[in-house]
Amino acid sequence: MFSILVNSLKTGIVTEDRPFDARPPFGFPVIDFTRCTLCEECARSCPTGAIHIGTTAPGQRTLALSYGSCIQCRECVSACPDDAVSAGRATEVAAYTRAQLTQAAAFDVDPVTGRCTFRQIEVQPGPSLEESASRLRERIEGRLGRSLHVRQVDAGSCNGCELEIAATTNPFFDLERFGIHFVASPRHADLLLVTGPVTRNMEIALQKTYEAAPDPRVVVAVGACGCSGGIFGEGTYAAIGGVDRVLPVDVYVPGCPPRPQAILNGLLVAMGIREARLKPESAPV
Amino acid sequence: MSTVATVAAALGWPSGTVREPHPGELTLEAHAADLPALADRVTGQFDARLVSLFASDERGSHGRFVVHHVWSLPRLKAFLRVAAPVDPAEPGFPSIAARYPAANWFEREVMDFFGLAPYDHPNPERVALHGDWPDGVWPLRKDFHDGTSVPRVEGDFHPFRPVTGEGVFQVPVGPVHAGIIEPGHFRFGVAGEPVLYLQLRLFYVHKGTEKRFERLPWRHGLFLAESVSGDTAVGHALAYSHAIERLAGVDVPPRAQALRVVLLELERIYNHISDIGAVATDVAFAIPASRAQAQRETLVRLLERLFLTRLLRGTVAPGGVKHDLSQEGCDALRTYLRAFEREFDDLIGLLIDSGSFTDRVDGTGVLPNQAARDLGIVGVAARASGIDTDLRRDHPHDAYDGLQFEVPVEDGGDVRARLMVRAREVEQSFVILRQVIEALPDTPLRTPMPDTLPAGASALGWAEGWRGPCVHWVATDERGQIARVKVTDPSFLNWPGLVHAVPGNIIPDFPVINKSFNLSYSGNDR
Repeated sequence: MFSILVNSLKTGIVTEDRPFDARPPFGFPVIDFTRCTLCEECARSCPTGAIHIGTTAPGQRTLALSYGSCIQCRECVSACPDDAVSAGRATEVAAYTRAQLTQAAAFDVDPVTGRCTFRQIEVQPGPSLEESASRLRERIEGRLGRSLHVRQVDAGSCNGCELEIAATTNPFFDLERFGIHFVASPRHADLLLVTGPVTRNMEIALQKTYEAAPDPRVVVAVGACGCSGGIFGEGTYAAIGGVDRVLPVDVYVPGCPPRPQAILNGLLVAMGIREARLKPESAPV
Repeated sequence: MSTVATVAAALGWPSGTVREPHPGELTLEAHAADLPALADRVTGQFDARLVSLFASDERGSHGRFVVHHVWSLPRLKAFLRVAAPVDPAEPGFPSIAARYPAANWFEREVMDFFGLAPYDHPNPERVALHGDWPDGVWPLRKDFHDGTSVPRVEGDFHPFRPVTGEGVFQVPVGPVHAGIIEPGHFRFGVAGEPVLYLQLRLFYVHKGTEKRFERLPWRHGLFLAESVSGDTAVGHALAYSHAIERLAGVDVPPRAQALRVVLLELERIYNHISDIGAVATDVAFAIPASRAQAQRETLVRLLERLFLTRLLRGTVAPGGVKHDLSQEGCDALRTYLRAFEREFDDLIGLLIDSGSFTDRVDGTGVLPNQAARDLGIVGVAARASGIDTDLRRDHPHDAYDGLQFEVPVEDGGDVRARLMVRAREVEQSFVILRQVIEALPDTPLRTPMPDTLPAGASALGWAEGWRGPCVHWVATDERGQIARVKVTDPSFLNWPGLVHAVPGNIIPDFPVINKSFNLSYSGNDR
């Protein structure tokens, strides 16, 4: 008993006041579209098809990068011959729709040389982050108060996301100080934190878990697989794909796996209190 | 006498039939009818252990299926793969499960995925496919497209063994569990608190991983291998890379071999600390649990500093490694090891000096040595039940051949034994890491890989991951594309061990017993 006491006193408090201050050495890749020549090396190197190159009209092509499918393998960074793809350091990414996780640019093709030159960043259709945020806030207005009870559901994950979700409860991050608590039953939950490409064999269990949670239930999809099927793909005999193929998803937290800070950020975004509680500069993209 | 001749002579097989296509990997083609006799001879002559058992569909190229038995022959530091052709007109093969229970799930999986019947199997029920999967649809056959949408069959499933008697009842748990863990269904038959038996229903997270490998270019297969079980990214990436390198005949530079050892040991340490903490959590001993979580987080942050990744994804590449460890990196690791070794000692001391803790783990969840041998248990769980096995020593890969280290073995077979094997393995990992970083060879990090793999070839790749052996078998088709990848995660062999360790214990001890095995659902289900 005495040794336990000494050990605790010696250790002191390890919880970090500002969990979002630490910048990782690598987050998601960032494409400098103005340097891009559309050589397609990055798209070929990408194991999940997160980088997509298409032809929209004669003489016009697009390049799209989706963080929803990105597994942060850095292959595109080393594949790019023009140094247009670099290692970004933002990891606290959260969005309200899949489309918001995609950045795209339009290119003109020179009919003689075939060379592609950057024309403009494509604006994604659909609501902006601000509009989505206020919609979500309206839906859960006043209901969650200052606490959030979370039921985690692994619907097919490789368990990488589970490791990082569990890490949010460790003494360094200690997510309970934000009023977030993991509960044992969906009946006690305000929010389902769902990982994995939803498998055929977990589809029914996931739906039943959702039905068991009381309204207004919020769904957060975690990880490249939860956002898009990731490396396992969508529509295979065993993997249905992203969580939104089975349930309505309110917030997407991409990454393979997302770091604990990103998961924490996603939960705070889902509570609609991200900005109120923490510094605005680490707000989502 | 050469290994090939030794094996042929001992098995009483014509010497020309045994080949050694890659170092440390023997193959033998046999008639399916001879599989049981060969199993008896391999185990009788060489004390062999079953590593994997699987099928491949070669109807397109050779008009046949093939059933493969892979044995470890530790005395010869070699694996033996026995390949037996199966005629598609008579889709079956003789089972060895009655004599070698380790083959039980493997053979049923072959039945589920290939439609090949294991003749005389003692329990030929589905293991991988769930009840709502229609009959006659076999996803790993080549004529099954991986994008097929398979309809659900209506019916009443989960035919669990019934319980009868006064005060005897069943407790169903899962697939969605109470903690932050993976899904699976447990069905306990209990009389009051004591568990009479435990039944498992797994494969809820079956993602079609092996089929997926066949669709991806081999370079991208590496990332799929890293996602077989997220906590074993290095173990599976190494097993896959080893198979690809052996296929291509590529040697990995010495510095990369050494760094792979560093990566694999760091993965072992972060998982073992995490599990030690989790055992403390499950007996409600909060202080060491919290200390272990903090130690683990400190380590994964160091990993991120050294390798740009917390969970060591994207560090291994076929042909070598992607990241060097600089002189500063080595210094940081040395400093870390010094501090961490002391903290780790404190943590273990906190646990085993506490009577209320040892009361909960001593004699809890015993897996007896004989049961562990019969079931073919591997890795940490095997060593905690007195089986002295470790691929790092028995089939050395990467730089392990030149390193001095011990393989900790405990006899208890209980939760404490599994905890102590982990604790002593962490200490051995310190010993290994120090040896490696004191003498990092100065060579390139990667050998360039050829653009294409040899056609119609195959190779095994293996690594002793933190949980146990990760074994991949990779075969190419006539164009050199991936034709089949069989992934064997240690969890697949060890889940039946849990079923044996739990009965006789009380239900409140189940979480700590389960945690002491800490098996991967994803690695098992793939």
